[in-house]
Amino acid sequence: MVTRGFSSGRRPPSDTDERIPPGQYLEQGFPVLSAGPTPRVRTEDWSFTLKHGPRPVKKWNWAELNALPHSKMTRDIHCVTAWTKFNTPWQGVLIDDILADAGIEPPTAHTLAHSFDGYSTNVPTKDLVTGKAMVALLYEGKPIAPDHGGPARLLVPHLYFWKSAKWVNGLQFTERDEPGFWELRGYHMYGDPWREQRYSGDP
Amino acid sequence: MSAEPLSQSPWQTATIARIEKRTPRVTSFWFQPSRPFAHLPGQHVDVRLTAPDGYQARRSYSIASAPEAGAGIELAIERLDDGEVSPFFHDVAEVGDEIELRGPLGGHFIWQVSDGPPILLVGGGSGVVPLMAMVRHRTLQKSATPVTLVFSARVWDEVIFRDELIDLDDRRDGFELVLTLTREQARRPADYSRRVDAHMMVQAMERLPKAPRLAFVCGSNAFVSAAAEALIGAGVPARIIRTERYGV
Ligand SMILES: Cc1cc2nc3c(=O)[nH]c(=O)nc-3n(C[C@H](O)[C@H](O)[C@H](O)COP(=O)(O)OP(=O)(O)OC[C@H]3O[C@@H](n4cnc5c(N)ncnc54)[C@H](O)[C@@H]3O)c2cc1C
Repeated sequence: MVTRGFSSGRRPPSDTDERIPPGQYLEQGFPVLSAGPTPRVRTEDWSFTLKHGPRPVKKWNWAELNALPHSKMTRDIHCVTAWTKFNTPWQGVLIDDILADAGIEPPTAHTLAHSFDGYSTNVPTKDLVTGKAMVALLYEGKPIAPDHGGPARLLVPHLYFWKSAKWVNGLQFTERDEPGFWELRGYHMYGDPWREQRYSGDP
Repeated sequence: MSAEPLSQSPWQTATIARIEKRTPRVTSFWFQPSRPFAHLPGQHVDVRLTAPDGYQARRSYSIASAPEAGAGIELAIERLDDGEVSPFFHDVAEVGDEIELRGPLGGHFIWQVSDGPPILLVGGGSGVVPLMAMVRHRTLQKSATPVTLVFSARVWDEVIFRDELIDLDDRRDGFELVLTLTREQARRPADYSRRVDAHMMVQAMERLPKAPRLAFVCGSNAFVSAAAEALIGAGVPARIIRTERYGV
């Protein structure tokens, strides 16, 4: 439906059009979205736990995780609140390298990412491996600001950005596809920006 | 608090039924959805504008009206001069226009009387909008739930819903309004003229009969960060603080 009187808008330059998923707009800044106050997690207190169901498989402290091989990912990111930001440069440890260090193959098809503030989000395991996702430790070469999920956040850039759990402190493999905090509150179980899977009920 | 998944809420057209200027920069728009829906206090809708060539701009706006207010919803939209969508509403939109929206959306920033007392609300600028839905809901439910609203605005004339809020405050029925103006002197005896801080939060909580069960904070990102820090500084546990950030 064409909106009466809305002709111009702030459309993106046409050469960038195809990089912007439907319903998104290009943002130069880096807005913040979160459900509660920003937790201040000191790296001394930080840890990351890999679990299979209720059972811990391996736990890393800050130094141990940082000692794993680092990879860089520069990606466009897409927030469900409709902004898209191009070329965000991250550095961290690929989930593949975390699994290799733990000496396991992904045991189930579903994963819940957990955060220090008690929130969680579900991501299919296949979307976390083969170089698709990392535990990000640096943004633009610097420690990630607390507002943006530092000291470490999950980075799954091909899904809406709420899946990239801030203040991440663990991954848990689950037998079933269990909704996380946001998914229980109406957000989509998968969250593909190119299919506009924002809310539950979206195809 | 409701933890049920949202029911499917596809795009629909809604007709603008009424427009009323609230402050120099904020105007309320009442929408009559073609398929009316029931919302919960604190939820928002997504609005999308479509140009003749198919280009779309989409933004979120909180619902200011209480669910009990009947069919139709009120959105209060602040004009950002160099924005894309908000100036459209202020300069172009007219009564009778059809706009596409979907909702209600959001399952976290919600409060209902049945969730229990007392609560502390902290809003900055247009961040008061979803809090207003909660306050109005409380009033229409004739609830005695103790609720304190700390509302930060730049100046007196930018206090959105000012008359209505002061009326409610004057009833002394458990609703307390604390205004703080950041660029002007306070006009009412117990109000403030500074940015929100921990001491202000301590004093706001003294107006409640006991510690709040939940605190809701809404506004710009910078405001929400500052207000959440102030609450934590005042001893409010992080886990009872819920935030809604309007982005930039
Ligand atoms: C859940 C939620 C609820 C909300 N509820 C409300 C509400 O009740 N009331 C309300 O008023 N707002 C609300 N908002 C904010 C609202 O969604 C919009 O962000 C706001 O109206 C601004 O949109 P805009 O298109 O006018 O401005 P935008 O075009 O998005 O610009 C926003 C600001 O960023 C700058 N900017 C961004 N990109 C560019 C660019 N490319 N070039 C130049 N400048 C740029 C502009 O200077 C402008 O000041 C809510 C947001 C959320 C997430």
